[in-house]
Amino acid sequence: MRRLTRFAILPLVIALCAVTLGSADTEARYQDLGHKMMCICGCSEILIECNHVGCPDSDRMLGELRAAIANGDSNNAILTAFQDKYGPTALAAPMLTKFNILAWVVPPALLIFGLAGTWLLVRKWRLRTAPMPAVAEDPFSTELRDRIRKETEI
Amino acid sequence: MPAFGSFALLVALALSGYNLLAGAVALRQLATGKRGAVAPERLAETARRAGIASFFAASCAAFALVWAAFTNDFSVAYITEHSNRALPAAYKFAALWSGQEGSLLLWAWLLAAYGFVLRVRHKVDVKLTAYASTILAGVQVFFLLLVNVAATPFSLTQGAIPPDGNGLNPLLQYPEMVIHPPMLYLGYVGFSVPFAFALGALMMRYPGEKWIHITRRWTMVTWLFLTVGIFLGMHWAYSVLGWGGYWGWDPVENASLMPWLTGTAFLHSVMMQEKRGMMKSWNVWLIFSTFMLAILGTLLTRSGLVSSVHAFAQSSIGTWFWVFLVITLAVCAFVYIRNRDHLKSDHKLESLVSRESSFLFNNLVLLAACFTVLWGTLFPVLSEYVQGNRVTVSAPFYNRVAVPIGVFLLFLTGIGPILAWRSTSIKSIRRNFVLPGIVALVVAIAVIPLGVHPWTIFTTDGQGAFYSWITFAMAAFVITAISAEFYKGGRVIQQKSGQNLFASMVQLTRRNTRRYGGYIVHFGIVLIFIGIGGQAFNQSHEQTMNYKQSFMLGPYTVQCMDYSQDSNPNYDTEFALLNVYRGDRLVTKLAPELRVYAASGQPSTIVANHSTLIADLYVIYAGKDPQTGQPVIKAFLNPLVAWIWIGLIVTILGTGIALAPNLSAALAAQRHRVAATEPVPAGRAGD
Repeated sequence: MRRLTRFAILPLVIALCAVTLGSADTEARYQDLGHKMMCICGCSEILIECNHVGCPDSDRMLGELRAAIANGDSNNAILTAFQDKYGPTALAAPMLTKFNILAWVVPPALLIFGLAGTWLLVRKWRLRTAPMPAVAEDPFSTELRDRIRKETEI
Repeated sequence: MPAFGSFALLVALALSGYNLLAGAVALRQLATGKRGAVAPERLAETARRAGIASFFAASCAAFALVWAAFTNDFSVAYITEHSNRALPAAYKFAALWSGQEGSLLLWAWLLAAYGFVLRVRHKVDVKLTAYASTILAGVQVFFLLLVNVAATPFSLTQGAIPPDGNGLNPLLQYPEMVIHPPMLYLGYVGFSVPFAFALGALMMRYPGEKWIHITRRWTMVTWLFLTVGIFLGMHWAYSVLGWGGYWGWDPVENASLMPWLTGTAFLHSVMMQEKRGMMKSWNVWLIFSTFMLAILGTLLTRSGLVSSVHAFAQSSIGTWFWVFLVITLAVCAFVYIRNRDHLKSDHKLESLVSRESSFLFNNLVLLAACFTVLWGTLFPVLSEYVQGNRVTVSAPFYNRVAVPIGVFLLFLTGIGPILAWRSTSIKSIRRNFVLPGIVALVVAIAVIPLGVHPWTIFTTDGQGAFYSWITFAMAAFVITAISAEFYKGGRVIQQKSGQNLFASMVQLTRRNTRRYGGYIVHFGIVLIFIGIGGQAFNQSHEQTMNYKQSFMLGPYTVQCMDYSQDSNPNYDTEFALLNVYRGDRLVTKLAPELRVYAASGQPSTIVANHSTLIADLYVIYAGKDPQTGQPVIKAFLNPLVAWIWIGLIVTILGTGIALAPNLSAALAAQRHRVAATEPVPAGRAGD
């Protein structure tokens, strides 16, 4: 059975690798990185979404982004360069550095601890709660329940 | 009129102050048994009547400001800043909430209106209502102090009165802006009522769960207002801001989402208190938190603590909100600590696989979502404090952290209703989960050929397609689970009554409106998730267009037929006339505009949108090419967006159904009314 499972999984893994091989194209990278930066003109909009008429900054920044991608820079290098040039507020989300790691880690960690804690708590309560004694089917109560149901039915 | 408005605000403050003080003294006397010169019952009644009168005084003040807007009374500084002569009448009305002072007046007026209803309906429970009324009066005093002292809407214009005003912000000159803020405020302010009842019930150690029954409708109506307010805001952002999206994770948006999340958690967990006497402390703190989050949201955006695209200018009222928030938290904590023994649970959870557990996990996930939003909103402030520089926390953060939580919540939406109270057997799980599981699997496979490729998570940084894939599968799971519940219940009624299946399902819903209305709300939420799931497949194209020039976007060909300009007293406009083809067939004509408002000189885009159930073709006029003078057209193809608005309508319908009384209860009430009006037949008296 185990061998069969292995044989079944292998083609799936190969197919997945074949599909996932290859890098993202330039336009996709431009779109992706453009969504990871902010326009710095004060409009508080994502760089690529800035539609602010006569914006003094977005066209220039997008031009720099296109040039950096054409230059073959990595995503991380481009983001770091923009951060160095325009300050940390130019990135739409903090990078995974020093204190900023907390921004990314705290919410999921809290959720995981919360779920684990709740699971343990419920388990503890469940162990403490005495099991309900099985109630034998009483013909009188069944009859009464049926009567009530009939009388209250619309 | 400004003098009348100011006077009315002062009277409202005095009446609310009296309501608070006299109410507190009367309740203290009733609690301790000590009687003063005036009997406590009589004092409490005068306090209630003062509370009712404060509504009329606040109404006069609100009327005075609207009157000043309609009569172009530019002696009032607020009207000069937020209105002008050419402004259409509906927007003059909207001037009431278009600035800080006016919106605080609206808040105070809505609070007084809620208080009015609560105080008029005091016979539901005289003592509990007296507590709630006094607490509400405390909140009223805070807001009336703000509009009387810190942000006065009737301040007079300094120097000569200008012949015309600066006009309303162009972004606010849109029909939805006339209803979006009042809806949102009805939601924010409305949570004061369940908050007041919860705090009052805890103060007086109210026996049983009746306070929850009393506030259930209040809470649901308030939740509905907040939901509608949030979605109207989304629709406004989508239709007016012209960036192609509807939610930008802006602090103001986040401020509305946080109380919505805790309010939703409260609506679910109160069911555990009603049915099993559990989670009493949790529920009390959930409603306290919801109220405080509504205040915190206002504080965050108005104190200038976080920057926002639609926050009001930084002002000193932030300090007022800090003080109020600290006092509220201190009062809540004090009352809770004093009376916490009153909140002991009657039962404990018996199984991990039960309806109670699913509610507990649902609450936990909703709170985690709320914390994530709060954390993301406050992290820039924290970063500045710790690192000395402010960072931006925007869409990429929330997409990566909050979206998985949302998908998990969708999963819980599906499994919760099919679990039984107390414990669910393995057999029952198998029976209820097999069909939804199979449908989810089929959908997960079926969407892959349609372009939803989850494996792109390995090839790109974008996770959108992966989460959309899970969302579609989960949505299929939840819809099947909900439909199965309706089908099973409907079949039972059909077998007994012989009606057709649809009529049977309608009757089923009418017999238990709360349960089946709740399912319909879940169905609406699933539709909203489907609409949001489409976001991962948005496409866009930008082009400068000459006559007869065209471009393709998805299945559409967009051709420029003309471009021109026009003007009226309120604004100048530039627009393009576009024909949209699908193949050779003309589908629609679109006319995106760029307006420049005369009074303020500010530009505003008017989006042209062709919406279908599959995708929106969303076109904006992005400006003119400075060299050629030709229009720059930006178009987006946004899949499935229409489902978000359909989902909202279904949610409203479901909440309406959940608010309606059950058929049996309605019939009983009808019988009672008939019996009360008809003379009792002699032979049946005493039956």
